[in-house]
Amino acid sequence: MADNIKMVEIKNLHKQFGDLVVLEDVSLDVMNGENFVVFGRSGTGKSVLIKCIVRLLEPDSGSIKIDDVDVLSLSTKKLNEVRKQLGFLFQSAALYDSMSVRQNLEFPLIRHFDFSSAEREEKVRSVLKKVSLEEAIDKMPAELSGGMRKRIGLARSIISEPKLMLYDEPTTGLDPITAKEISSLILELQRSLKMTSIIVTHDLLCAEIIADRAIVLNDGEIQYEGTINELTSSKDPFLRNFFSHEIIKANNRSL
Amino acid sequence: MIGGLTQFSISFFKELFIPPYEVVEVRKHMIELGMKTLPIVSLTGFIIGLVLAMQTQPVLARFGAEAFLPGSVGISIVREIGPILTALIFAGRVGSGIGAELGSMRVTEQIDAMEVSAVDPFRFLVVTRIFACTFILPILTVYVIFIALIGSYIAVVLVQNMTWAYYTGAVITSVQFGDAIPGVAKTFVFGFIVGVVGSYKGFTATNGTEGVGRASTTAVVVSSLLILIFDMILVKVTLWLWPTI
Repeated sequence: MADNIKMVEIKNLHKQFGDLVVLEDVSLDVMNGENFVVFGRSGTGKSVLIKCIVRLLEPDSGSIKIDDVDVLSLSTKKLNEVRKQLGFLFQSAALYDSMSVRQNLEFPLIRHFDFSSAEREEKVRSVLKKVSLEEAIDKMPAELSGGMRKRIGLARSIISEPKLMLYDEPTTGLDPITAKEISSLILELQRSLKMTSIIVTHDLLCAEIIADRAIVLNDGEIQYEGTINELTSSKDPFLRNFFSHEIIKANNRSL
Repeated sequence: MIGGLTQFSISFFKELFIPPYEVVEVRKHMIELGMKTLPIVSLTGFIIGLVLAMQTQPVLARFGAEAFLPGSVGISIVREIGPILTALIFAGRVGSGIGAELGSMRVTEQIDAMEVSAVDPFRFLVVTRIFACTFILPILTVYVIFIALIGSYIAVVLVQNMTWAYYTGAVITSVQFGDAIPGVAKTFVFGFIVGVVGSYKGFTATNGTEGVGRASTTAVVVSSLLILIFDMILVKVTLWLWPTI
């Protein structure tokens, strides 16, 4: 569960592409051990926000601190030291197509740790067991289904036991049962590894399973912040409209 | 694009000498690129050698100079046809492959995933491929020259009685060291061009699958044009530096 130490601290973040302002004056704190969900309609800057946190995108202004380190002022070398403490699950899982599942999982281990091949093998098998895909160890990504790819992507992200995990639409494109399984798996891993998580999603059912706290981004700004119950039970017209569709989808899924 | 290619080339030389060295990746790419190109350059080299000898033989016969056939064909193959032919086929086969592979990795966020896992994608994906292209092309060129000479010998044997030993002896006598060195040396530059252009187009690909297709196509077009332009420049420079060659 979350404590009072800030894992991520964002202040006055601004990002625009040409004339299009995507994030405007966004400030938020994510506590250590917290599961923090970012909601919002398509194109409201949710993915941009988490890509700015890991500096895949450079913000125009503002500050981002991870574990009290100002990441925007770091050199590439120092930034990579911070990135070693992070995990990132991409929407498409982004598995390396030319590598087998084993090679995908070993990739960060070979480059950042001095494990022997036996230790690496043990870690790979252990993390595959966590995502219930031990049998896929020698498969190529092209042989995996969408749900399996997500699980392997998740396994690759957590194999180096990150302190902070970022999820970009972890359940998008999956069938309801697999989406629910992935959501439960994320929660289970977060609890067992005691990670802090930021989850960008449209999926209310996923958020209900995972979230400690959530925000809703709209027009580049944080419009609402609270627990999932507070947001879904709000009388605010925007939230009622936003969540009415999500509630219908979530109800359909839980049937 | 010229600015981007220049920046890419500078970054390559800056990163090349900084450890850790991705020796395993370089070796893997050299084997893959070499094996991928080998069948097509073998066939093309053989046919071009054959056709070149068939075309040259009647022309030399017109001047009663058929004895010069092994030498003239050998010099043509070693100085120009072998290197440029291999480089252009390599650009088509490997340049498009690198453009498509890296382009696909870019649009499916695999390059982002590598970056976020604290691995420099430029070092891992680009430097290794450029290095492999630069050093595998000269090896392929020497091989193609040999295959083209075999093709030309077969063409000669079809019209006149000549032993392989006599033919190769005549080629070796005619082709000097000064013919072979600039011919093969320039393929290091051609290989570098294919690696840089393919990697640049793929690495900077945008707009989904359409961008991948464009990266693949333009990698071939641009690297082929640059190979021809640099061939012209390098031949001129060689002749300027060593006029007797």
